[in-house]
Amino acid sequence: MSETVLKVSGVSKRFGGLQALSEVGITILKGQVYGLIGPNGAGKTTFFNVLTGLYTPDSGTFELGGKPYTPTAVHEVAKAGIARTFQNIRLFAEMTALENVMVGRHVRTNSGLIGAVFRTGGFKAEEAAIAKRAQELLDYVGIGRFAPYKARTLSYGDQRRLEIARALATDPKLIALDEPAAGMNASEKVVLRGLINQIRNDGRTILLIEHDVKLVMGLCDRLTVLDYGKQIAEGTAAEVQSNPKVIEAYLGAGGH
Amino acid sequence: MKLNKTTLTIGAVVLLILPLIAGQFGNAWVRIIDIALLYVLLALGLNIVVGFAGLLDLGYVAFYAVGAYMFGLLASSQLTDTFPGIAAMFPHGLHTPWWVVIPLGALLAGTAGMLLGAPTLKLRGDYLAIVTLGFGEIVRVFMNNLDAPINITNGPKGITGIDDISMFGVHFGKTGSFMGLEFPKVTNYYYLFLALVLFAIMVCYRLERSRIGRAWMAIREDEIAAKAMGINTRNLKLLAFGMGATFGGVAGAMFASFQGFISPESFSLQESVIIVAMVVLGGIGHLPGVIVGALLLSALPEVLRYIAGPLQQLSGGRLDASILRQLLVALAMIGIMLSRPRGLWPSPEHGKDSTPDTLPVSPHMHLAPGEQIPPVVTHIKPDAQ
Repeated sequence: MSETVLKVSGVSKRFGGLQALSEVGITILKGQVYGLIGPNGAGKTTFFNVLTGLYTPDSGTFELGGKPYTPTAVHEVAKAGIARTFQNIRLFAEMTALENVMVGRHVRTNSGLIGAVFRTGGFKAEEAAIAKRAQELLDYVGIGRFAPYKARTLSYGDQRRLEIARALATDPKLIALDEPAAGMNASEKVVLRGLINQIRNDGRTILLIEHDVKLVMGLCDRLTVLDYGKQIAEGTAAEVQSNPKVIEAYLGAGGH
Repeated sequence: MKLNKTTLTIGAVVLLILPLIAGQFGNAWVRIIDIALLYVLLALGLNIVVGFAGLLDLGYVAFYAVGAYMFGLLASSQLTDTFPGIAAMFPHGLHTPWWVVIPLGALLAGTAGMLLGAPTLKLRGDYLAIVTLGFGEIVRVFMNNLDAPINITNGPKGITGIDDISMFGVHFGKTGSFMGLEFPKVTNYYYLFLALVLFAIMVCYRLERSRIGRAWMAIREDEIAAKAMGINTRNLKLLAFGMGATFGGVAGAMFASFQGFISPESFSLQESVIIVAMVVLGGIGHLPGVIVGALLLSALPEVLRYIAGPLQQLSGGRLDASILRQLLVALAMIGIMLSRPRGLWPSPEHGKDSTPDTLPVSPHMHLAPGEQIPPVVTHIKPDAQ
């Protein structure tokens, strides 16, 4: 039995009169790709933002790698071990690709002001290790040759990959990808699918929020379907696909 | 940017003999260079806040004032005149040595920087600029009014008779001679300021290429993404404010000792604006650019004295020289920003140090032989749901 990476339960969040999430709970095991799908406005991104500390939930328990965590500050969540990417790519545009990934190492390194100013031995060693790891990760996602270029000069697909490399740099227990295929064409999606598979095969755990049902069905080990903030289905791709509630949510009641 | 040994040696020699040459045309020229160096120090400090961390600070001169008044109060007769108790403690007058005052000034300015930073953490852009602008004015008004009921700052009259710095037996205020060369006060201070500027450049350069510097730049580029990468933006913003203010504090202490006189007039909003202009005009966040910007904007008005004067005579005295000078500076600034919107010397389009000179501008031109050109995708940002 594989160990549990993320276990959340009873997550609720209300915005004024809108119950964006009610009693949502998921359990992700190590090495899984876990999908979170649902129609527009189902609460996927809200759930994601609660999980990563951007929104404070009204209720819910959170456990990461067997340890409880409270998603109150975004940077604390990253430190605890959840790294995320953004639906609308958010890179550090004026920094080079390499520097972007190096920023990802921030949370796992600790040299400070004094070390930087006096170039202590410890600082130099750490800095070299950061740069080496960052280059490795760029190579890993396949954009190693773009290391010295500013992030904004990269193509859309490469920016996605850079974002994933940056997330990987934080040594996350769980990588959360928010609609990574958004805005991609068919061939870029194929490359993305390969990359996600590769990351999973290397023993990492992924939470995938996606709109593209085809991509999700092919990739995910387990899925949760949200609709109007409620969890309407949970299970393997095949189970979810045949669930009448899911069909209703996506195609409307009454059939065709 | 790679510097080879020859360039470095030539640069060092030029910097060393510059005041001796400029001194031939009168000490006023050396004085202009001295003041320019102080502005470089200020611009480098502000660049940490504005250029690295992306926090627009329009009250930076407040830290300059804090440093200057710190030095002024601890190395003049101001406090001993007001407080008989202090006079009794220091029968020979209050002359605190530099190695106490300068670190103290830096520390105090740094603390003031963090104090300003703390309430402004959630503000960005215009809103932050307004609050910092207010802070700068508060400090100036304080200095202006702290002459009653107890005379601490001597108000608008300012503090006079501030000590010159003397370190390691060298008295910077006195003309010295060495190897048959005369070293007047302005030249002595030139070397002191130059040493400080070089140290500041080293600190900035190293900070830029460090974990802290990268975190600052990440905050500048995208604060939410920076947080998601585990960067504690609160602490790092405070650190940027504090670090930048430290430079201002040291520059202020130098200014006080160099001038021998300080008054609130020297620390007006105008000064803050000029320092921001130096950073922006030179090339925000790029050290060589910031230095060029500071040198240009501090020296240009002085040089223009020699142009505005004749122009005034040409117009038969109808044009006022000082107004003409301001007009020319303004025109120069507009011209520079129109022709070079990213600054005179902005950071290069592709990366820093490690970048080979032969790197093409577009990443897609950087392909191995036989490699396919990746499809060009326009940057369509999907709508948020």
